[in-house]
Amino acid sequence: MLRLALKRSLRLGPAVSDTPSAAMVASRGYHERVVDHYNNPRNVGSFDKEDPNVGTGLVGAPACGDVMKLQIKVDEDSGKIVDACFKTFGCGSAIASSSVATEWVKGKQMEEVLTIKNTEIAKHLSLPPVKLHCSMLAEDAIKAAVKDYELKKAKAAPKQE
Amino acid sequence: MARNLIRRLPILYQNHHHRLFSSATAAVAPSPSPSPSPTDEEIVEMKGVKVSGRPLYMDMQATTPVDPRVLDAMLPFYLSRFGNPHSRTHLYGWESEAAVETARAQVASLIGANPKEIFFTSGATECNNISVKGVMRFYRDKKRHVITTQTEHKCVLDSCRHLQQEGFEPLEEIGRICREKGVPFHTDGAQALGKIPIDVEKMGIALMSLSGHKIYGPKGVGALYLRRRPRVRVEPQMSGGGQERGIRSGTVPTPLVVGMGAACEIAAKEMEYDTRRVTSLQERLLNGIRSRLDEVVVNGSMEHRYPGNLNLSFAYVEGESLLMGLKEVAVSSGSACTSASLEPSYVLRALGVDEDMAHTSIRFGIGRFTTEAEIDRAIELTVQQVEKLRNMSPLYEMAKAGIDLKSIQWAQH
Repeated sequence: MLRLALKRSLRLGPAVSDTPSAAMVASRGYHERVVDHYNNPRNVGSFDKEDPNVGTGLVGAPACGDVMKLQIKVDEDSGKIVDACFKTFGCGSAIASSSVATEWVKGKQMEEVLTIKNTEIAKHLSLPPVKLHCSMLAEDAIKAAVKDYELKKAKAAPKQE
Repeated sequence: MARNLIRRLPILYQNHHHRLFSSATAAVAPSPSPSPSPTDEEIVEMKGVKVSGRPLYMDMQATTPVDPRVLDAMLPFYLSRFGNPHSRTHLYGWESEAAVETARAQVASLIGANPKEIFFTSGATECNNISVKGVMRFYRDKKRHVITTQTEHKCVLDSCRHLQQEGFEPLEEIGRICREKGVPFHTDGAQALGKIPIDVEKMGIALMSLSGHKIYGPKGVGALYLRRRPRVRVEPQMSGGGQERGIRSGTVPTPLVVGMGAACEIAAKEMEYDTRRVTSLQERLLNGIRSRLDEVVVNGSMEHRYPGNLNLSFAYVEGESLLMGLKEVAVSSGSACTSASLEPSYVLRALGVDEDMAHTSIRFGIGRFTTEAEIDRAIELTVQQVEKLRNMSPLYEMAKAGIDLKSIQWAQH
């Protein structure tokens, strides 16, 4: 649905590119920061999914060309995110967006990270309009990870009583 | 004065010649060439990406370098024999016309046609426009069907779309029986010319689009083959002085046309040798990659394909991110991120590639000037980048853990 809205707003319509186009389309260039995150990715990795202190957010779909898995490790008592890691299947901008997301959530409270907006990520990476959906997915990933952690906690709580 | 110019030409050419070859191998050979030109060694930064030395060129389907022998043939027509081929009253015109006619014969010979059936244009796109719109508009009162395929170049599909607006109906099959049924059969030979043997008689072709820059000739020139027996008529798309027998008005660009003719002649002579060489390089590339990476899929059929084109999908790795890492190899991708829309290449989809795999494809183009060293370097770089991206891929992680990716409910937008 978002894809459709984006297409309409950019008036891309049915004009699909023909034979596979070259890596650098004339109007786009990679911002330094995107290239940097690609060459030196921060926080690539995996936590144990079953760990009760870990929240896992898995968003996107292979058919869309973008899948992000963002994990947070939360300190039970303070509610602070002590560590984060990610894995992404997607273009350079998607990789950079999720990498930035893991950097920004570290050391913050869970409620705080929910306010991270995709526009901030996009601005930080100077994403062109066609790549805005990458930053949106990163924002979704953060929210999904937090939600997952809270669900886990909710499930665990009744057992203790 | 002309003689002086001509004497100076070999020197001009030599410098160019040297740079032409050294730039292709700069990324491969670490030792500097005898007289290094600045672009070969310094770091180039464009579009936010830094590359040291020029990338290896492996995108032959997009375009090819001009063969030095072709350039040899063209230069005199820019510098000394620069007449307009339609000038009837002096030597400059006569010699230019003679050169155009020689080139016409060279192109015709490569496809088994009569020179009277070849018309020069600005490229295959223009040819496709003339063929599709020209034929249909000429016959608009009698026939209104066009049959096309899903894998055609955008200009063909666009031309068909235009005709749809004029009231023509599209059908989707491919017809080899066209000739028997009296249906003109047009084919876009841009990629095939000079690489696979083409005989317009044997193949029952009525119209064919040809492109100069895909066969080591110059850019900006193409040729349209238009059958005479039985005669295929088209409505001209360019109005003007009636050049090229009224089919395509506009001064015929002699140097470009001479270049295309020379390229065709060279292709006719070297097609067999080139094919053998390119096939062995393709095998080397595929085996080299497959021996170090698993889950590599070749898109399209291995048997019915031109050997210089290798379109590979690397499962769990997205195409654009791979291209970002392969900046020392010039290749292209069939993934959505590199096109203006979010849809994967329609050509790949038509070839039956799964949607999620279509995002992972890379197209390697091998050609006459590709060397073994370049292939080896391409293998090395590709394997490195794919491994790095697979480590970063959640899909690879899940697949290795034995999860069936098709069974997952993805949280799509």
